[in-house]
Amino acid sequence: MINQGRKRLLKILRDSDFLAKLFKDMLKIRLFENKVVELYSNGIMPGLAHLYIGEEAVAVGVCNALSEQDYVTSTHRGHGHVIARGADLNKMMAEILGKRTGYCKGKGGSMHIIDMTKGLLGANGIVAAGIPIATGAGYSAKYRKTKQVSVVFFGDAASNHGNFHESINMAAAWKLPVIYVCENNLYGISVDIRKVTNTENIADRACAYNIPGQIVDGNDVVAVFEIAQKAVERARQGLGPTLIECKTYRWKGHHLADPGTIYRAEKERKEWIQKCPIKNFKERMIKNNTFSEKEIIIFENEIKELIDNATEFALNSSYPEKSEAYEDIYFSAKEEEVYL
Amino acid sequence: MREITYAQAISEAIDEEMRRDEKVIMFGEDIGIKGGNFGQTQGLYEKYGEWRIKDTPISENSFVGLALGAALTGLRPIVEIMYSDFLVVAGDQIFNQLAKIRYMSGGQTKVPLTLCTTIGMGRSTAAQHSQSLHALVSHVPGLKVVMPSNATEAKGLLKTAIRDDNPVIFFEHRMEFNQKHNVPEGEILIPFGKANIVKEGKDITVVGIAREVSNSLKASERLVKEGIDIEIIDLRTIVPMDRKTIINSVKKTGKLLIVDEGHERCGVAAEIGMDIIKNVFFDLDLPIERICTKNVPIPFSPILEEEIMPTEDKIYHRVKRMMRRDNIG
Repeated sequence: MINQGRKRLLKILRDSDFLAKLFKDMLKIRLFENKVVELYSNGIMPGLAHLYIGEEAVAVGVCNALSEQDYVTSTHRGHGHVIARGADLNKMMAEILGKRTGYCKGKGGSMHIIDMTKGLLGANGIVAAGIPIATGAGYSAKYRKTKQVSVVFFGDAASNHGNFHESINMAAAWKLPVIYVCENNLYGISVDIRKVTNTENIADRACAYNIPGQIVDGNDVVAVFEIAQKAVERARQGLGPTLIECKTYRWKGHHLADPGTIYRAEKERKEWIQKCPIKNFKERMIKNNTFSEKEIIIFENEIKELIDNATEFALNSSYPEKSEAYEDIYFSAKEEEVYL
Repeated sequence: MREITYAQAISEAIDEEMRRDEKVIMFGEDIGIKGGNFGQTQGLYEKYGEWRIKDTPISENSFVGLALGAALTGLRPIVEIMYSDFLVVAGDQIFNQLAKIRYMSGGQTKVPLTLCTTIGMGRSTAAQHSQSLHALVSHVPGLKVVMPSNATEAKGLLKTAIRDDNPVIFFEHRMEFNQKHNVPEGEILIPFGKANIVKEGKDITVVGIAREVSNSLKASERLVKEGIDIEIIDLRTIVPMDRKTIINSVKKTGKLLIVDEGHERCGVAAEIGMDIIKNVFFDLDLPIERICTKNVPIPFSPILEEEIMPTEDKIYHRVKRMMRRDNIG
């Protein structure tokens, strides 16, 4: 087994195209979020902005272990998952600015981005709400015998919600192809998970449902990918769900209006920033001679251009017409008037 | 014509739709071997197996979410919540998720999901197993709300609900399950948003919801003997609501009584009255009246339960009072 694991790792580390994709995916998220900070601070972005900065390796590692047909549900902190799933950055940026060219025609915003063409069944404004939805997608895949798997991302705080326990219980009992990915960033808004939970690791809870529970360094994209790939294989073989706990940290506050400093020690935050998933991956790739610094700069410029283009697209897009508030409530548009 | 019970009519509707479309599956508590808490899924588990008739754990919020996930990924689930009182246990998935996902996604998704649940007093099941919470779900945009009044209606409306590409909340009345009714053989599909005039009349319009339609019919039998001719409308669906049929009837009779087993405050009767008054204000001979459940939790003792709920007798007396007032005026 150890040899097999080593072989698998070496294979990943030799695939420079794949490693470049992991790097670029993470960088896309980071630069997108940096742009969100700018747009929000300038009053251009309405609503709330829950940033994924610091947690990029989780979404990127997991989503790269999936096939195009698989399903994903996300959270209020969902930009990272959506980008890692390969979403169109133009439509994303337009959506978070409330423009009609956005994914949801400006009706969802940052917390509700959905892309049905990519099996992305939705970011979600309600903590833990995506857990049963992804479980149902897994049930559907099993019933339809499609070999698709379903992944749900959620935070440490969501693991104290009934949905977590109820859903994993059903997935375990029925051996559903679902992968439960807990992003343990230690805080639910301001509350330290250790103050409200008596299990040291969220993954330990898997034993209550008789399924595998894995802990992984959530800032190591290759490690996350490897563990996700195993869980995906297991699910596709019909062996049932896996709970993966990714230990990570959000660098910013709960959202942009929260500095995130009252309830966290600055020392702790700095230590985690030292463990930056992108910086560490970059250094490792350069050290391993996978990429030269020059190549990295080319990657960075490529992503910067994508983000700039998306921003321009979003800024130049128009807002919805007022009449659009009354559309998309029910399937079958001709009926809608009756229901208002 | 054959006679079957309301429960049989429901299981027949599910059976026919499952036979027609293998995407139709069902989740709920005790719907498998037991055949449903009220016999609504009798025989289906044996016929379709455990993956289509899925007994769930007592995890209402998550199994409604489970059904939503299935609906988003190509299936056409029916999900059952045993008592409408338990809708609130699944509140997040009903109110925040399945009702809104289409809108929030800018129309990218469709949710072909039917949620069946039960309502109704009359069995002394007290405050947590007797409520009629249809007003609650009608308040939230994005859901359709269906209230069948008898076995034939239940069958025809449920089949329409299952084929609908939107989330439908389907309320079955517990006092009806064992009631037999002439249900025609073969396909019955009753469209949403078309109220049914079950009895024409000239004196007063009575809009009934669910069981209150048959209560109104019984009251009418007594009233006819006293020369009072009421028109009874079965509303069938609250969302969408057929305002036109009510408006036309009230224009004819000049009087409107709404009977609903939901609680009175902020209830469906209030909504109907307010919704149509602008169209009938100058045709009304009397203020609009309503008989609903009094604004107290449902009590256990039969004598207390009877006190607060709409009954045939209360409809009879209220209609008489409304008519006398009219005569005096």
